[in-house]
Amino acid sequence: MASAEAYPGSEPARWKYLDQIRTRAGPFTDPDTFYGSKVASEMDRMNVLVIGAGGLGCEILKNLALSGFKNIHVIDMDTIDISNLNRQFLFRQADVGKYKAEVAAAFVMRRVKGVHITAHNKMIQDFDEDFYMKFQLVVCGLDSIEARRWINATLVNMVDEDIEDSVKPLIDGGTEGFKGQARVIIPTITSCIECQLDMHAPRAAVPLCTLASIPRQPEHCIEWAHVIAWDEEKPFPKLDKDDPEHITWLYQKALLRAREFNIPGVTYSLTQGVVKNIIPAIAATNSVIAAACCNEALKISSSCAPALGYPADNYMMYSGNDSVYTYTFRHEKKDDCPVCGNLARDLVVDPSGTLRDLVDSLAVRPEAQLKKPSLRAQNKTLYMQSPASLEEQTRPNLDRTLVELGLGDGDEVAVTDPAFATVSFKFRLVFRKAAS
Amino acid sequence: MTEIVMSQTPPILHGPSEKEKKYDRQLRLWAASGQAALESANLLLVNSGPGVVGIETLKNLVLPGIGRFAIYDEATVGDADLGVNFFLDADFLGKSRSKCLTELLLELNPEVHGAWYPSQENATSLDDMLATSPVFTAIMYTFPISPQRLSILEAYGQQHKTPLVAIHSAGFYSYFRIHLPGAFPIVDTHPDETATTDLRLLSPWPELVDFAKSMTQDIDSLDNFEHGHLPYVVILLYYLEKWRETHGGANPITYKEKTEFRSTVAAAARTNNPEGGEENFDEAVAAVLKTIVPPSLPSGLKEVFEYEPSEPIEERSSFWIVADAIKAFYAKHNCLPLRGNVPDMKAQSKVYIQLQNIYKAKARLDAAEVLETAQAIAPGRHFDPAEVELFCKNAPFVKLINATKGGNIASASSVDRLQDVTAQELANDESAELTLMPLSLLPIYLALRATSHVASASADEILAEVAKIIPGANENERIVQAAQEVARAEGGELHNVAALTGGMVAQEMIKIITKQYIPIDNTCIFDGIGSRCQVLRL
Ligand SMILES: [Zn+2]
Repeated sequence: MASAEAYPGSEPARWKYLDQIRTRAGPFTDPDTFYGSKVASEMDRMNVLVIGAGGLGCEILKNLALSGFKNIHVIDMDTIDISNLNRQFLFRQADVGKYKAEVAAAFVMRRVKGVHITAHNKMIQDFDEDFYMKFQLVVCGLDSIEARRWINATLVNMVDEDIEDSVKPLIDGGTEGFKGQARVIIPTITSCIECQLDMHAPRAAVPLCTLASIPRQPEHCIEWAHVIAWDEEKPFPKLDKDDPEHITWLYQKALLRAREFNIPGVTYSLTQGVVKNIIPAIAATNSVIAAACCNEALKISSSCAPALGYPADNYMMYSGNDSVYTYTFRHEKKDDCPVCGNLARDLVVDPSGTLRDLVDSLAVRPEAQLKKPSLRAQNKTLYMQSPASLEEQTRPNLDRTLVELGLGDGDEVAVTDPAFATVSFKFRLVFRKAAS
Repeated sequence: MTEIVMSQTPPILHGPSEKEKKYDRQLRLWAASGQAALESANLLLVNSGPGVVGIETLKNLVLPGIGRFAIYDEATVGDADLGVNFFLDADFLGKSRSKCLTELLLELNPEVHGAWYPSQENATSLDDMLATSPVFTAIMYTFPISPQRLSILEAYGQQHKTPLVAIHSAGFYSYFRIHLPGAFPIVDTHPDETATTDLRLLSPWPELVDFAKSMTQDIDSLDNFEHGHLPYVVILLYYLEKWRETHGGANPITYKEKTEFRSTVAAAARTNNPEGGEENFDEAVAAVLKTIVPPSLPSGLKEVFEYEPSEPIEERSSFWIVADAIKAFYAKHNCLPLRGNVPDMKAQSKVYIQLQNIYKAKARLDAAEVLETAQAIAPGRHFDPAEVELFCKNAPFVKLINATKGGNIASASSVDRLQDVTAQELANDESAELTLMPLSLLPIYLALRATSHVASASADEILAEVAKIIPGANENERIVQAAQEVARAEGGELHNVAALTGGMVAQEMIKIITKQYIPIDNTCIFDGIGSRCQVLRL
């Protein structure tokens, strides 16, 4: 117990506090999986991948370096923006415009001697399975649900019973304002990010007719400027949401429209927020969530205490708006998960609706969220987004109803999307009964 | 279209300032008012032990632009610091820890000021420092701390009405505890937007009734476009009127009545149109249960109404005067001042804006009445109308934290309270399997608390200390385990737990300083093994 001997690795004086915990069993440590004497050397050898070097990523790199991990890679293709400086504490004013991954890695290596961090100023999609296979653990601090789904699908697909260590635990954090979540995914064993997709439903889009003819909210005016006015007037060749001149153009357009309809509340800040889909973010919440993730990384790597994942709880929800509240629970794996399950997922559809309705709906349905879907039924191609020739050939199908296309209640449809190159999502059509 | 001349100034001038750009992501949470409060705050951290959790807290406050901080820390930088504290490195070995931490924290934000103690030039003791520093907005201290030092801080807190935050992080466990100087009311609680809808459908005022009537007097002869664009507020008001005609003037109140009413609304939708239904009627149907509710007094506000501040009226903050005025409003009208927001709903632009203005006008009228009452309660005092309006708007969501009489810090160590809560928590644990509630984290607090004044202790020593307050604690398995886990750390911090706790404490400091969102009341315990926390009032 507490009096047990610690097994320090290199630099025992420096890592005293860490070694007291990670190399000695506590009352909750599972003696069958814990070997205190091996922890330090094993963690020294581990390769950990960090995805994202932003608000969570900066914290994660710091936390991993101070948790005894020595070999870390970090992927982020973003460059530093002034609006990052209120929380991304590894960056300074003078770093604006530089690559996040590079600056963050260099900073942590300078401050925490002995840790090696390799920076990749790239997209996660630029790497293949051989690259991901090198790591024992992946920690994600991303703001995009697409990237999370991609790495999740990739890691689930990499699991191969014949390859030792092909199961890479994925620890994922996310924040919004004072709230956030940390979760641990053991690919193919626990519920995965795709299983949990409906917990992060996309915001409902405003119908086009509201934007076009009956705006009521300042957001409607901004979306109108963004979606309709920009296309009509094309003031610049391509919309750059980070260019203040472009945002200003949209803001003024939105303002004019708002005045026309007497709608109050259009501001520059709101315009920017709506167009860029800005999520409020602060250092404090990133600190909580990144540390929750890295705490799991330490427990998983050392077995010095039970970790989230399997078989216990795998998801921690955190909210600091009203007091402090956490809800830590076990999210169950779904048999009909398109990524890690074997069954097709039910998709309730209107049989008299067109294929176009179905295609459009896939983007917004919480259980699908596929923006560029291509669809195949059992024996035929329904619609393909690419190549262009196939798109043209299948395009007429879009205006035919599901019934006209010969689809029946219970038929399976396979959906692919360029955002998830390797994955085919299986859905089972469930015909909605006609409104009575 | 109204003629609008595009602004003559270059468009870029309308954009945000450099500071607004830097703070954009947080201004969306606490606005310029919250930022101004942060920038005028002056915080003290009295640091000890490994000293990580306090520094991680400060990091999260320096970044968003706290005005000034001071660190009091007598330690010099040692090897163990370098394995756990990010804001120190090997160049600082042997030097004053407070000086080095201050230097590296200040790098994070050039707009923040920092000071470190003790130093030869400045104050040499905690007493000196407190006596010579500008008054602190809040004080944070970490454990272990000597009882003498703690009483100095408590005395300061009592004298200056300064919130004190105690923070203890060891191994996988931590807790923090906030001592507020008296009752702490919050107006700007940021409730979920969906919870704020108050349409007054059961007690509409004349302007709203007239508006609804004017749109529905010939409802059956409206063309499909007009009928399909009636705002759901108007639809519900119209069918409520109809309902009352056939129900002896009574509104649908019970669940059964409401579902019946809902069916009559659903049946009134036109289906002989190309869409085969009407979205606005769908919205009306969906809104029945939530919006057809008689006015009520939310518990948070009730607590405010019933609370009797200890100061005489002249010394009370304007919050309490406005609260009294709202209480009088409620007594007179049997409802709260109208919030005045209208959720988005299918409607023609012009109609929606008219409806919005009717609600806003009524809200302004109500706020004006409250302002007048407040001035009558405290003659000669100036009230900021914007502040009164915000209070009226948020009245259903105001919250009172630490609502004890006087809320004095001396009661902070109240053993009775701790014994009561322990008995309750341990009793809850007995039935946890049945109620599916997570087990109490109080054992963690008890074990950490037993090491408040010592660098480290064995499990037996911890249990003996706990047993002084909770007899038989050494036989409770969960308390024994917590003691063993605390003993394992030997007073050492894990960086992750320190960073996590520092994040939570920083959130709380922001809430207390900006008086926005709702702080904890009053102790938050974190378990890094189960990855969850629990808030208890101790
Ligand atoms: Zn799955």
